[in-house]
Amino acid sequence: MQTTSSSLQQQEKQDVSHSKNILDNKSLTFAEKVISIKNVETRNKKSQIISMAGDIVIVDVDLAMAQDSTGPLAIRSLNEMGIDKLHDPSKALLVIDHTFPAADEKVANLHALIRDFVSKHNCMKIEGSISHQHILEYLATPGMMILGADSHTCQAGCVSAFATGIGSTEIAAVWATGQLWLRVPETIKINLSGTFNKGVFARDLILDYIGKVGEDGANYKALEWKFSNDYVKRQFSMDSRACISNASMECGAKISVFPTDEITTKYLDENPRINNNMEGKIEIQPGNSAKYKDEFEIECDKIEPQVSGPDNIDKVHSIGELANVEIDQAFIGSSTNGRIEDLEIAAHMLKGRKVHKNTRCVVTPASVKVYEDAIRRGYVEIYLEAGAVFTNATCGACVGTHLGALGENEICISSSSRNFVGRMGALSSKVYLASPATVAASAIEGKIADPRRYL
Amino acid sequence: MTMNDQPTIITSISKGRAWVFGDNINTDIIIPFRFKSRTNDPYEMAKYAMYGFDPDFHKKISKGDIVIAGRNFGGGSSREQAPVALKYAGISAVIAESFARIFYRNAFTIGLPALEIPEIKGKVNQGDEIKIDITKFTAENIRTKETFHARKVPEFMRQMLLEGGLVEYYKKYKQFPWIQS
Ligand code: SF4
Repeated sequence: MQTTSSSLQQQEKQDVSHSKNILDNKSLTFAEKVISIKNVETRNKKSQIISMAGDIVIVDVDLAMAQDSTGPLAIRSLNEMGIDKLHDPSKALLVIDHTFPAADEKVANLHALIRDFVSKHNCMKIEGSISHQHILEYLATPGMMILGADSHTCQAGCVSAFATGIGSTEIAAVWATGQLWLRVPETIKINLSGTFNKGVFARDLILDYIGKVGEDGANYKALEWKFSNDYVKRQFSMDSRACISNASMECGAKISVFPTDEITTKYLDENPRINNNMEGKIEIQPGNSAKYKDEFEIECDKIEPQVSGPDNIDKVHSIGELANVEIDQAFIGSSTNGRIEDLEIAAHMLKGRKVHKNTRCVVTPASVKVYEDAIRRGYVEIYLEAGAVFTNATCGACVGTHLGALGENEICISSSSRNFVGRMGALSSKVYLASPATVAASAIEGKIADPRRYL
Repeated sequence: MTMNDQPTIITSISKGRAWVFGDNINTDIIIPFRFKSRTNDPYEMAKYAMYGFDPDFHKKISKGDIVIAGRNFGGGSSREQAPVALKYAGISAVIAESFARIFYRNAFTIGLPALEIPEIKGKVNQGDEIKIDITKFTAENIRTKETFHARKVPEFMRQMLLEGGLVEYYKKYKQFPWIQS
């Protein structure tokens, strides 16, 4: 389509003023604001349409991602529909992360299918960093509409993006048209107060919350996190926000967002975005008089180290209840808890200590960047000296595909996302979920252990 | 059924025997990652349908059988292979008290009827014959003669389902169902 530069400028002006009105609107939640801005009807009718919870809306999508276990099906659907042109290849991202590098021939063939697709369409591709971490490090911005054929796409809510998971064929439809329908979610607001005690981290907080509301406690809903004051806010680094936004999927949340603040801005300044299309300088705050479906209070100082499992995530226990459960493997990694702060705390605990002789300890960074940081800071050496295995960045053990799968009746404590039956390997294996600190303490003792002794 | 059969053709009315499950049947139970990530063939996926519940499930069911479940069916991963495996194994519909968000979308997308009926709890026994009607969005337990109404969905979703899913819809109309012309 040919557009003259002056009409383009006019269009941009209109978009900006529309966005500004929405951003200033006091009665909209975060989700309502972003969807109102992205609503294609506003663009078509050139007048401001406000989208409220419950509305079904077609939105413009800024980034549509699929990974190596959902991409092949998306490509298959696209081919079956006979669509051979993508709407905007620069907004399509393929990631080879789940079984990277290929663990066997079958996986290798599917990876090849993805590479062919990428070179044919000239879309974005990344290999060997977990999609959500890559999107956080290089692509996501406040107010961006991100859809991914991976449930934990909601992680990008940590930088105030509207980000959620969908299936493969729907991603194919987004690649074809740049759009998709969404239902505007109702929102649960969570007010955070207090400071964490020693040995308690963001992962304990989100496990505690899921234990209280259940595996479907936020199904179809948006979660909006709010800090009661600046002191509380400062303990939520970008890494810990990413952990919370990511793990919110385990209670069914459609998005899980942190409104834009100075921690967001600082992160974006320090980690420049690589795609100009996605450069956005907007800040998104929910309106003061927005309507919430529910509100929830969490006092951080009341939380203890938590362990979830086995078999269901909402089976959450305080550490004391499970102490002494013997483990075969301790896994530190995944998009939920494989960032540099996670590797830092576990390395700090393992320094000068040894992994228990009856236990394997596998450490997997979430991205190449995390891997490089870990080398630079000397953590890799610490892990190796302690007797752990340090792998490349991949989903690997988290989904039992390679690099740490479990055999019959084995027990693992893991910082990864899920403990479902057979998630990490044999149907009879058991997975407990906890913070990287609790996993590290358990690696040292060979049984589920309280991290506070090592801090 | 043998794997060379066609998947259950979705017609507006279908009948089948009930397989009754509890709450929180997640996508890792429906099809584990290590199998679904090593094939792009729906018939191959079907061999692992409900593997986490019973690795032989696909051999035990008959074409047209219906899955009845409790709350939050299909929670967890976004894997479209979950409804695909059920459909190609021969399951003609899933009725649940509630569905996890992504599974629900995926089921309609791939043309597997997903009926959300909160009152279904305790109203179906293993093996009961169930009749579903996706024009009216109802399910009937033939044994008890009770009829249940499923949660309504936007009309475009129902149309997409009646055509057999998004790909089939697109092939017929050269348009996505949510785009109003
Ligand atoms: S690490 Fe686990 S949770 Fe994260 S994207 Fe990979 S499989 Fe999903």
